[in-house]
Amino acid sequence: MAGELYRKPIMFAIVATVVILVGTIVTMFYPMFTEGMHPKLDNLKPYTALQLAGKDIYMREGCNNCHTQTVRPLKTEVMRYGEYSKAGEFAYDRPFLWGSKRTGPDLARIGGKYPDAWHYQHFENPQAFFAQSNMPKYGWLKDRKLDPAVSESHMKVNGFPYTAEDIGGLAAKSELDALVAYMQVIGTAVAKKVAPAAAAAAEERNPLEGDERAHERGEVVYKQYCDACHGDDGKGGIGPSLTDTTWLNKEGDIGDGRIYEIIANGTPNGMPPYANQLDKDKIWSLVSYIRHEQHKNK
Amino acid sequence: MHDYQYDHQTVKGFIVSSIFWGVVGIVVGLWISIQMWKPELNIPPYFTFGRMRVVHTNGLAIGLGIGAIFGISYYIVMRLARRPLLFPKLARFHLYLFNAAVALAALSLFAGMNQTLEYAELEWPLDIGVVILWVMFAVNVFGTIIKRKEEQMYISLWYIIATVIAVAILYIVNNLAVPAGMTKSYPVFAGVNSANVQWWYGHNAVGFIFTTPILAMFYYFLPKSTGLPIYSHRLSIVAFWSLVFAYLWTGAHHLVYTPLPDWIQTLAIVFTLFLIAPSWGSVVNGYYTVGSDWSKMQTNYLTKFFIMGITFYGLQTVQGPTQAIRVVSQLIHYTDWVPGHVHMGTMGWVTMTTAASIYHIIPKIYNTEIYSIKVANTHFWLVLIGQLMFSITMWITGIQQGALWKATNADGSLKYTFMEGLAKNYPFWQLRTVAGVIFTVGMLFFIYNIYMTIRKGRALAASQA
Repeated sequence: MAGELYRKPIMFAIVATVVILVGTIVTMFYPMFTEGMHPKLDNLKPYTALQLAGKDIYMREGCNNCHTQTVRPLKTEVMRYGEYSKAGEFAYDRPFLWGSKRTGPDLARIGGKYPDAWHYQHFENPQAFFAQSNMPKYGWLKDRKLDPAVSESHMKVNGFPYTAEDIGGLAAKSELDALVAYMQVIGTAVAKKVAPAAAAAAEERNPLEGDERAHERGEVVYKQYCDACHGDDGKGGIGPSLTDTTWLNKEGDIGDGRIYEIIANGTPNGMPPYANQLDKDKIWSLVSYIRHEQHKNK
Repeated sequence: MHDYQYDHQTVKGFIVSSIFWGVVGIVVGLWISIQMWKPELNIPPYFTFGRMRVVHTNGLAIGLGIGAIFGISYYIVMRLARRPLLFPKLARFHLYLFNAAVALAALSLFAGMNQTLEYAELEWPLDIGVVILWVMFAVNVFGTIIKRKEEQMYISLWYIIATVIAVAILYIVNNLAVPAGMTKSYPVFAGVNSANVQWWYGHNAVGFIFTTPILAMFYYFLPKSTGLPIYSHRLSIVAFWSLVFAYLWTGAHHLVYTPLPDWIQTLAIVFTLFLIAPSWGSVVNGYYTVGSDWSKMQTNYLTKFFIMGITFYGLQTVQGPTQAIRVVSQLIHYTDWVPGHVHMGTMGWVTMTTAASIYHIIPKIYNTEIYSIKVANTHFWLVLIGQLMFSITMWITGIQQGALWKATNADGSLKYTFMEGLAKNYPFWQLRTVAGVIFTVGMLFFIYNIYMTIRKGRALAASQA
């Protein structure tokens, strides 16, 4: 009886189709009609025309081949990248861009982590920031202009709201502008969590004070983490100078503990937090180094 | 044999085309492997890693893989149906259209027309082309099987039928999109749902391109070249049905620890573990088939290709389920371990089995012998060494990456920056390029052998005419 099946190709094909479809229906088709597959955070906003153009460029250039956009709920991963990804963050992504390989770092929380200037310069020359980086240079995108008509049609297909000014404004923008705008919006529907490691800032004075070598150790750390933005010897660049007398856009010095806190927790306008990457001793050695450079400057 | 001559030329056309696209795909693969440790080799806009990697994967999956599957499936179907193809002209047109589509596909990917769905990167006009190609294939396969002259359908035909059905469903559903111009579209699925559909496709495209049609080749050419009958027909029945049933549940093991609902992840992991059984059903069947006379390993040069191939299939289907388990996934997911895994399957199982099938077919078509067994043996050892070196190198660097990402200091802060972790990959990435070169040289021996066999066969045919 069962042997008949192997003599009847049409019957065989029908049975095979049914067998193949069972798992398909349970794991792919049925979930599509459940709410769990279509979550949306309340403060998730549709992409603007410029951001969508940037996302299209991200896709065109195959950035997803090296960068993921999903932080797993694992302790070290949350420490490295930020709050783990929520299902409701991706409602406007057609398709999702979670990726499958981290040749470069995850980008799920890249939005707002660095100032725009950091991205422009990093795209232009990643190796200037990280000498050992293997990321290709993307400065050539700034020579390519956006096409407002194309962007408008893409906004329409996605059903995202836009105004004539939004579209008109694109004519003056380059592809690099769009890509940076996209970078800055990724993952921003979820509030940033402040690193808890700032408790040490309560120590007003640098415990390494009097350690003659501390600033040398600090210099090593500085060259690895800081000089891409704050320049050689703390003279400033994308980030402000660390050797002048202006701190946080105000004239006047701030205490060691406050500097420690800024390094550990970052600031809302572009300084990333380092509490998860640098231990206490390293951060204090940076404070020693900054003070050392300030004195040299006087 | 005369009845088959026209169709055999079509089969040969597919084989030669697939080898051509294989060379393109492998050269691109070598190039991007160097880009990993030498970013200066990124030449914008067309030759950057992000664009070339998809040319590599599509070139080899569609150009080499599906091209060989089309040709070899036609051959198997004719043999097992004991008749020429039902629509010989359609098959020939299928061959031309296939090459045109692969060429356009490669160009479109270089140009950045990329849906960013892994292994479904082609934009919608080419998707339509792929569907047309598949329908042409299906019509000839089903037509020829229905009008067959042999009552019983042998195992290989089951796998080919399952392939035709499953790939059609997978490809069409995952590529459903709204066009936004000729070169751009947005999928109908969004966010979490889009991830679920994509990996339902992504995993099963692997299953029904790199598993079932290759098993069809294995079940046909292993007995044919050794003269040994398949060990157990019953086992092959059980393995077939449980494989095609279980495969489609497992896609979400690519999404472990993502925001996809947990129940889908867990269900996928469970079925992935179950999948070891049917996979090893075929492995055991293969081993016991040759087990009735192990001397074939020495006396028949193709036996070792099939046995090594099915061995890598066996290893692949244990490693895959292991990776799906949460505790393993959290260490190796997103690392270079994964390309190590994939390349064991593609270089070790798919290419090994396909090459052996081609070694069998080409001399048969020309009624001659292979040009050189010695060259075939050199090919075997070089691709084996190249592939092992590739995979092992990537497994080591993958474990290292995963461990460095997780490492913490005594006070709980992260021990390594991302860049410190990346810099430690460089020696492994360089070694991987060396492994790729060894593999490529092995493939050149294969190509030379096939070329010389065709030349020999042509000369023979001319002398008889």
